[in-house]
Amino acid sequence: MIYADNAATTKLSSHALKEMMPFLTDIYGNPSSLYSFGQEAKEHLEDARARIAKILNAEPNEIYFTSGGSESDNQAILSAAVWGSRKGKNHIITTAFEHHAVLHTLKKLEKQGYTVTYLDVHSNGIVTPEQVAEAITENTALVTIMTANNEIGTIQPIAEIGQVCRDKGVWFHTDAVQAVGHIPVDVKAQHIDMLSLSAHKFHGPRGVGVLYARKGVVLSNLIEGGAQERGKRAGTENLAGIVGMTVALEDAVCNMSSNSESIVKLRNRLIDGLSRIEHSALNGDAVQRLPGNVSFCFEGIEGESLLLLLDDKGICASSGSACTSGSLDPSHVLLAIGRVHDVAHGSLRLTITEENTEDEVDYIIKSVEEVVSYLRRISPVWRDLQNGKRSFIL
Amino acid sequence: MALYSEKVMDHFRNPRNLGRIENADAVGEAGNAKCGDIMTIYLKIADGDNGKKTIEDVKFETFGCGSAIASSSMATELIKGKSIDDALNLSNKAVAEALDGLPAYKMHCSVLAEEAIKAAVKDYYDKNNIAYDADLFRESTCAHCSE
Repeated sequence: MIYADNAATTKLSSHALKEMMPFLTDIYGNPSSLYSFGQEAKEHLEDARARIAKILNAEPNEIYFTSGGSESDNQAILSAAVWGSRKGKNHIITTAFEHHAVLHTLKKLEKQGYTVTYLDVHSNGIVTPEQVAEAITENTALVTIMTANNEIGTIQPIAEIGQVCRDKGVWFHTDAVQAVGHIPVDVKAQHIDMLSLSAHKFHGPRGVGVLYARKGVVLSNLIEGGAQERGKRAGTENLAGIVGMTVALEDAVCNMSSNSESIVKLRNRLIDGLSRIEHSALNGDAVQRLPGNVSFCFEGIEGESLLLLLDDKGICASSGSACTSGSLDPSHVLLAIGRVHDVAHGSLRLTITEENTEDEVDYIIKSVEEVVSYLRRISPVWRDLQNGKRSFIL
Repeated sequence: MALYSEKVMDHFRNPRNLGRIENADAVGEAGNAKCGDIMTIYLKIADGDNGKKTIEDVKFETFGCGSAIASSSMATELIKGKSIDDALNLSNKAVAEALDGLPAYKMHCSVLAEEAIKAAVKDYYDKNNIAYDADLFRESTCAHCSE
């Protein structure tokens, strides 16, 4: 099997698993308990918090452990909304291609009377700081813009956007779920007020993540209960997960530059190979993108059948086609960068890591070529493109 | 649990009657590239032993997901050698049942197969000036496609 869907989830690193094991077995004390067995667990919890803070260039008391990226996104946005209403601010700025954890939370707020501005992300999948500056009004409570897109991998100018928000006194949240552990993130240098991250995107365990909230940002609770996480997130801590996340993140950051160099090489080989397929196009900027992200549209075919046939060849990949989403519309991300429905249905996302090899990349290219050519041979859309009844878009 | 039944995967991986019939007696198409699936059905029709118009050969081309391809394949199997009246009576439910079921949100694909076959029969009637009840061939109503 060739696993090329690392934006969906990653394999847990053996190092993280090893470091987690004591917390799944012997060290089971509750960090909230006062006896020394509980306090031992508490020490490990606080140690993890400090190590994560150091990586993000934050303070330990700015790190809140959550169940993952979706929870962090929800809490960040809802907190800003609550704070905003207190100040009479009910406007939020975001982009058209955020993760659904952000977009659906904002939809909920729109129903409650908040106004949301969805910034255009252009055909390259990148929003500009100028757009953010122009959209900010005196009613703006929050700007929430992802660091890197989960489908097309494009990286946003976060430091510049953060500067704009800081200058105007508007809170800035970034969903950095796809970015942390893959590209440098520094909450101080990038003027980030809140940040979401998820452990399983960088070889940590599932079900654990972080919400970073700068000192001074007032969080509202999603989960009420005990006084864990400085009273902002109730529930007995998932200490094994937190430790696994910490170890995986340290490893990812420690090896980032060497890993990303080799991943970018593989990624570019994959992009070059797939670009040779006629009437195909790379989605998103070719340079300002995550090291491991490759996203393509192939005209005349549909993505789900592409994925199923790649699965038969042992390749795990993903698509933004409607049929893979269970809805009639293809991915909102592809539509946001201006891909029309007909073309967006034929999308393929491959997300690779340092564990993939050149041989695997070559096999993927060969397999995609074969499958695309077969699906085109049986496609009435491709037939009409060939006989001129339909015009090529790509 | 797999997304699709063994039968769907078999018809998806090894589609029956795939291809085109040059000089087909009738051609029908259903679907829309915007919605992500289009099927074309080609028919070769002859007079059968029983005097009925019979589908001597059938082929299909499909742009769409796994269940769209499997539905086309199964539908062509179900009408091959049958009279065009039988073909007209083929329901999407029969196609889905023959495939051992489809996920609820994929039933749409079996509807497309039924519609493509109906469109082909209508094409045959039109080409041969055969009178028919227009109610049999109502346009499909997909709110999404007709935007």
